[in-house]
Amino acid sequence: MSEPRKPTLAVYKFSSCDGCQFSILNLEDHLLALAGAVDIAFFLEASSATKPGPYDIGLVEGSISTPDEQERIAAIRRQCTTLIALGTCATAGGIQALRNFGDATELAGAVYPHPEYLEALPTSTPIGDHVPVDLELWGCPVNKYQVLEVIQASLQRRRPHLPVTSVCAECKRNGTTCVIVADGTPCLGPITQSGCGALCPGVRRGCYGCFGPLPEAEIEAMVPVLQASQRFDGEAGLLLRHVSCYAPAFARAAELLASQEAIA
Amino acid sequence: MTESILVSALARVEGEGGLYIGVEQGQISEVKLNIYEPPRFFEGFLRGRYLQEVPDITARICGICPVAYQMSSVRALEAALRVTVTPAIRQLRRLFYCAEYIESHALHIYMLQAPDLLGHDSALSLAAEAPEVVQNALRLKKIGNQLLAAIGGRSVHPVNTRVGGFYSWPKADKLAALEPEMAWALAFSQETVRWAADLPYPELEVDYEFVAQHHPDEYAFLEGDILNSAGELSPEADFDSLYLEKQVQHSTALHSHTPHGKPYLVGPLARFNLNFKQLGEAARASAAEIDLAPPLLNPYKSLLARAIELVEVTDEAMRILRQFRPEGESFVDFDLKPGEGGAVSEAPRGLLYHRYRLDGQGKIEFARIMPPTAQNLARIEADLWQLGPQILSKPQAEATLLCEELIRAYDPCISCSVHFLTLKIDRR
Repeated sequence: MSEPRKPTLAVYKFSSCDGCQFSILNLEDHLLALAGAVDIAFFLEASSATKPGPYDIGLVEGSISTPDEQERIAAIRRQCTTLIALGTCATAGGIQALRNFGDATELAGAVYPHPEYLEALPTSTPIGDHVPVDLELWGCPVNKYQVLEVIQASLQRRRPHLPVTSVCAECKRNGTTCVIVADGTPCLGPITQSGCGALCPGVRRGCYGCFGPLPEAEIEAMVPVLQASQRFDGEAGLLLRHVSCYAPAFARAAELLASQEAIA
Repeated sequence: MTESILVSALARVEGEGGLYIGVEQGQISEVKLNIYEPPRFFEGFLRGRYLQEVPDITARICGICPVAYQMSSVRALEAALRVTVTPAIRQLRRLFYCAEYIESHALHIYMLQAPDLLGHDSALSLAAEAPEVVQNALRLKKIGNQLLAAIGGRSVHPVNTRVGGFYSWPKADKLAALEPEMAWALAFSQETVRWAADLPYPELEVDYEFVAQHHPDEYAFLEGDILNSAGELSPEADFDSLYLEKQVQHSTALHSHTPHGKPYLVGPLARFNLNFKQLGEAARASAAEIDLAPPLLNPYKSLLARAIELVEVTDEAMRILRQFRPEGESFVDFDLKPGEGGAVSEAPRGLLYHRYRLDGQGKIEFARIMPPTAQNLARIEADLWQLGPQILSKPQAEATLLCEELIRAYDPCISCSVHFLTLKIDRR
């Protein structure tokens, strides 16, 4: 009797820093077991051997920021039964989505002597804006144990256990003093998904939203709190226009903040 | 007979690139390292940001060496503001950087480069043949990551770095808990040197012009001036005016050159050759054990330089872990004022330069970042030209592998494409 076929896993990179796929290699204690449970068929950062698709699970790191990437993601979607967007570039366009709020042509001119050679789109957008995505895993970078959990859940055909609380809940669990209340530091913790372990308040600074907005975040209630805790003009706006800037809730909060500052 | 070589996607490198080597009438006619990593415009959108955001934002240039980006950025901003940090902060920065060297070098030696030398596609396939080698490598990498997390909160994009120092001192018990593992890491690094000495490296000797940070009293990676093979020492702040990036006629990639117009090499090979005297006792003993001393001129053997550096940084990390005591505040306070400053630190894969200009409110007016791989591009292409006769004498598959292995030996970090131009391939 032949052994049952192992599920195949493919890992892809788009516009990104490599940090999220690196999180897979950082699963030091589990990496060899993972390689035993699934057939890592396409993972260029780890292996020069690739097997042709289709694949059971595709993990996609990075955002879509070039015309070529638009074409590639469509082809990859057809190759993968389950497609998982890995990290905040893939779920919200990443830090490079800052270009979506300004003049991308001007930005390119500031960096490159010959911007006309560049083949870049004026925007950096999430994978889900281009193809249907089965699951979005946030984080800049992702929590490597959450990566393991979604792979496992996908293999077991169940829903992954992912937290649906705010960073505040993690602060309470860790016994961390609230930096908004105690220090008057602006912090996105109340409207940000947990998953990092509330690292920033843990070192006495405000959260800058790596894990994206909490689905039911009360943006309207949070904006005045952020405004009141600013230590210099525009601080709260910068906090929202960070790695998760293009997440709709944060983009809306930044606009709200700007419009209120315009009134004041 | 070898025909033109096209590697459309390089594997086991960080980021995305391809290679084209043209062969016409039995001669190499063209060498092109094609960087198709999308541009992300970091230097552009840093303008207008508040200075304390810079280490968080520039970390996102590279997920493998975020600490290097954080250290070069805060040191450049501190230079702009004339801020000097305390000895305790400086020592913790050295320890933090040691941790990044441990995870990055362990990754490169065992997971990216060694599979080439041992005839494997990946560390995972190597694990089937030599499980203990890969398990030990993963343990070493994990120690680096644990130390990064103990100081910075997490290993990828740590959150504790700020201009002036750290947001908080790390917990003493978390650091102390790492001592036994670090002792093992030092011993395993020494074993790595012995193991690496016997690997089958391809032959190639290159007359390199090396450039590295240099410090008279320590193995430089955090502070120091710029030293080159000619023995010329220049202030780190002058780096961009001396080693300017130029646009060359036949390529759209920006290439860096020494003040004498030569392509140069940054990275472990440069550091090993220029700063051998500054290595500590343990690293020098390991080098002596395998009869290794400058000049080391084979790019494939940069793995040996990395192995020696692993001994150096695990040994230093061990010493700092034993005696580190947080003294005073974890950061130095300062007043905002207009200013400009440039600084260098040595990322595991080479010299990383940052320059910033600040307005009086702490906002960035101008940013310039020169990552190591951008500086090495001209050098990699020159090496590939020199490989020519070997490329032409080998069957296609072997020749292709030889080129890919050379590029991987550089540990190129293509993600740091702040300064790369996407190349349009001329299809004639």
